[in-house]
This record gives sequence, structure tokens and C-alpha cells, in this order.
Amino acid sequence: MEREIVIHTEELTKRFGNFTAVDRISFDVYKGEVFGFLGANGAGKTTAMRMLCGLSRPTSGTGTVAGYDISRQYEKIKSSIGYMSQKFSLYEDLKVWENIRLYAGIYGMKDKEIERKTAELLERLHFTRERNAMVRSLPLGWKQKLAFSVSIFHDPAIVFLDEPTGGVDPYTRRQFWEMIYEAADRGITVFVTTHYMDEAEYCDRVSIMVDGRIDALDTPANLKAQFGAESMDEVFRSLARKAERSE
Amino acid sequence: MVIKYLLEKEFKQFFRNKFMPKLVILFPVMIIALMPWATTLDIKNINTVIVDHDVSSVSKELAETVNASSYFKLRDVVDSYEEAMTLVEFGDADLIVEIPAGFGDDLTRAGGSDILAAINTVNSTKGVLGQAYLQSLLQEFSARHVAASSAAALSPSVNISVKNMYNPLLDYKYTMIPGLMMVILVLLCGFLPAANIVQEKELGTIEQINVTPVSKFTFILAKLIPYWAIGLVALSFGFFLSWIIFGMVPVGSVLTIYFFSCLFILTMTGMGLIVSNKSSTMQQAVFVMLFFVMIFIMMSGLLTPVESMPDWAQAIAAFTPTKYLVNVLKCVYLKGSTVADLKTDLIALSVMAVVLNTWAILSYRKNN
Repeated sequence: MEREIVIHTEELTKRFGNFTAVDRISFDVYKGEVFGFLGANGAGKTTAMRMLCGLSRPTSGTGTVAGYDISRQYEKIKSSIGYMSQKFSLYEDLKVWENIRLYAGIYGMKDKEIERKTAELLERLHFTRERNAMVRSLPLGWKQKLAFSVSIFHDPAIVFLDEPTGGVDPYTRRQFWEMIYEAADRGITVFVTTHYMDEAEYCDRVSIMVDGRIDALDTPANLKAQFGAESMDEVFRSLARKAERSE
Repeated sequence: MVIKYLLEKEFKQFFRNKFMPKLVILFPVMIIALMPWATTLDIKNINTVIVDHDVSSVSKELAETVNASSYFKLRDVVDSYEEAMTLVEFGDADLIVEIPAGFGDDLTRAGGSDILAAINTVNSTKGVLGQAYLQSLLQEFSARHVAASSAAALSPSVNISVKNMYNPLLDYKYTMIPGLMMVILVLLCGFLPAANIVQEKELGTIEQINVTPVSKFTFILAKLIPYWAIGLVALSFGFFLSWIIFGMVPVGSVLTIYFFSCLFILTMTGMGLIVSNKSSTMQQAVFVMLFFVMIFIMMSGLLTPVESMPDWAQAIAAFTPTKYLVNVLKCVYLKGSTVADLKTDLIALSVMAVVLNTWAILSYRKNN
């Protein structure tokens, strides 16, 4: 059975002056999968992701996200995706429900629908009591869970997560991944970058970037077999050793 | 309507800030209640020393006249110029009036005499104004004496009678206050939106907005509307204060002022936006804004008339929106001008508003 492709890139490149941050990467991501986008610091993950989200324009190469061209139709892409950046980016001086309402409103949801879905979401997250809490007062793990929930609140086709679990304790990370699976079950494609190799094992497929190029792309099981490694950690280290760029 | 949600956010954030709402009240109070006193150019109490070589009833009367004037304060009457200079050098006096021997006789009999006035012009405004005040005081004094002694004998002289239009008491505060309203708008509507947007850049929240389908125009409009409202509220408060404290109400229509203020606010917020789009840190944005705001205030004609600047400086002033607003404020407040009288200002401000805001929207990039 032919699987539906939701992200497709060909020779996608981004240069800043003489520096080639992303070097001719080509890959496909299928609908409903959890796609791990790995790489050492400075390997070009965030830059590549920003191009896919329509925040950054490619220097050369092409790509489509949710059927839209990333060089020309980037504003259209934005209605079909969710994005959670490395930097926590909900408004700390707004309450939990106000943040949800703001982003839902921006994506064109109606007041009634927002209200209903907000109540559901808070219930599911066991956040109902924190509905009126200022986001700044929440612990980091909660903030991350909220940020993720907000990024998929409008049911996007694809959600991009840039190191979503940075600085979060193992227990909350576990919960976070459960949420990621739930989203994937709903048919949302998850494109996630991470530094945690145990998280890489949770992904359906994994790509590993070294010096702006994609050096490996397969399921975790196949990659381990290919590199004769016990864990994704070993796979990653044997690839990262080749890197010439330092942090 | 997406903008509804964005506006809700902006207003909530503004009123939740502990400091900002207070600032909107504090600014007009400081500027209208305090600044007119500090920026006054009326010179009073110039310390004066008289060197009296005449020692006549006329010279004594002159000394009394000088002392009675609110512009001068008679510190001492001495015998020699050297003594007077010592007082000036010690900073006890700024003006020396030397009355020559025979002054009284010359004045009453010959109908004229010479007086030497030496003025400390370290503060040049004080010096120039002091000289002008002294001249008019002496003119009046001599006219009185000459007329009393030999009214018919003299050839007719030309008397200029001056009528100070629109500000009959020549009170400096009345010219300052309308102009100071401009300062309120510059500070609130120029700085605040710029700082607000750069803050979102620094926090990273703007990236989250950029990845949503919200249009540039909507996002920017939602950023600006609150500051337009804040600017107009502060301006109204400024009107109220100048009425309560100084009893000043505009001779012309308040609506004319609001109309031009709206145009002016547009130019300032547009400029603030451009600066914030080009700056990546708060420090940079605030410094660049400060640079422009300084020039805008100094060149606006608030402190010194634009007409007395050299031509090249006037050419620069022509590009500052503040120049036009200050003119409008003064004209409407003191003369009662209408929109029809202020066509130049209307055109200049409109052009600036269009150019700056187009530039602002073009320079805001969701994608680079």
C-alpha cells in the first residue's frame, strides 16, 4: 500500500553567507508517523525545521509540506501545521485558558468551539484547577505539556516539535511521549527533534543529521542493525564522530 | 475575526503590567504640570548692580525704578565700575548699569543721555532678554522725564505701540503647553510599541505567532490599536490638566486637535514599528528610538522657533512630524485655527503616516 506523503524535500539547502547550515537534504515523511529528526547541536536541525514551517526561506532546493510549496506557499502551510519551539513561547503573563483561546482564535476557531474544546483539554490534562493560573506560575513540565497541547489544539496535519522535552524530568518526558502517541493516533504527523536517544527509540523512523546533511534515515531497528549497534545511542555516536563542525 | 483575540491579548497584557497603566497617568502629569515651569524662558530677578556717578534725584529714582521691576533685583549701588565688576566676578550680579555724572541734568535739559550697561552673557538668553528689558525700562523712564520737563520743545518722536496677539500677556507657559502635548504622544506612541514588539522577539513568542496563519497586517494592527487608544487617553488627560492647572482651553476646536493627533500618532507608531522590526534587542531598539526622539523634540519648534534655525536645520526640521504637530497645537490652542488653515501640516503628516506605515508593514517579516 502506497503511504501518503505529507512532507517531501529535494536537495533542500540553506546558506548563511559562506556557511551552509543545511546541505541538500532530501527525505519524505508519511502521514501519521512519528518522525525523529536527530543531530548534534549545530547540525542544522532547527534551520531545516524552520524552512519546513515557513519561517525561513530555502536558498535552493524544493520542498512541500501538507501539499504546499515551502518557497512560495509558506503562508498556506501555516494553517496546516502546529509548531512548538525550543524556547518556551506561550505568553507567561496570560492565564492558561487565555493562551489556549488566543491561539485557537488565531487559527480561526469560533468562541463556542474554543470553550468546549478548552474544557475537554483541561480535563484530559488534569489542568482544570489551573485554568485561571498564570502560565508563568506553572512548573516547566506542565508548561511544556500545555505548549504541546496548544500546538495541536487546531488539529493540524503536522506538528513540528523542536526539542520539546529539554530540561524536563524523566517522568514528565514519559507522559509527554504518551501525548505524542495520542496525537499520532489521531492522524497528526509528528516531526520531532531531540537529543535524548531513548526518545529516538520511540520514533517510527529516525533521520540523523551530521554537518547539515542527512547521513542516516530508517527505522530505529534497521539503523541498529545497519550499524551493528545495541542502541540508538551507539548509532548516533558512531555518526556524530564524523562531524567536523563543532558546537 | 482574528484581531479580536489579538486585541484581547494586548489589552490584558497591558493592564496586567504593574507599571504601564500608571505611566499613562504619570506622563501627562509630569509633562503638563512640571515642564512649563522648567522650560520657561521668562527671565526674572536679574541681579543688578548700579554704578552711580551722578548721585542726583534722577539717578536715585532710576535705581528705584530698576528695583521695582520684577525683571531686576537691585543688589547694590556702588561708586566705581571696578567694585561692580567684583560683584559680577563673584557671581552676585549679572548686570551692571553705569550712570554717568550729570545724567539727571542731561536728561531733563538736553533731553537725552548715555548709560552703560554691561551684561554677563554666560547664559546668553538671560543676557539678551535682560538687555531688552533694560532698554524698554530706560525708554519709558526717559520719556517720562523728558516729557515732564520740556514737553513742547522736543521734536516729535515715533512711538511704536505693540499689541501681542493671541498671547497678550506674553506668558511663556501658554506657548509651551500646547507643544508639550506633543512630547506626551512621542513618548507613549513612539517608544511603547517598539519596546513591546522587541520584547516579544526577545521572549521568542513572536516566533510562535509567525508560524501561525495570522497576517502581518492584522498582527501589526493589533499591536498598534492599544497604543493609539493609550495616546489619545493621555492626550485628553493632558487637556484636562492644562485646564485645571493653567486654565487653558483651546481657542479652536478640540476635534481638530484630535484629528491631527491621530495622524501624528500614526507616524510615530509607524516609526516605532520600523525600529522594532530592524532591532533584535531591546537595548538597540530603545537607543535608536531615543536618538530619533531627541532630534524630533529639539527640531520641533517646541523650544526654539523653527523659523530662527539656519536654512539647513530648517530643511531637517521639515522631515520631523513633530514640527507639524507643534505648529498645529499652538495654532489651534492659541489662535483657533481650523483644518483649512493647517493644510501644509495636514499634507505633511499624511504623507509621513502613509510612508512610514507602508515601510513598517513591508519590513515586518514572518519569513526570511
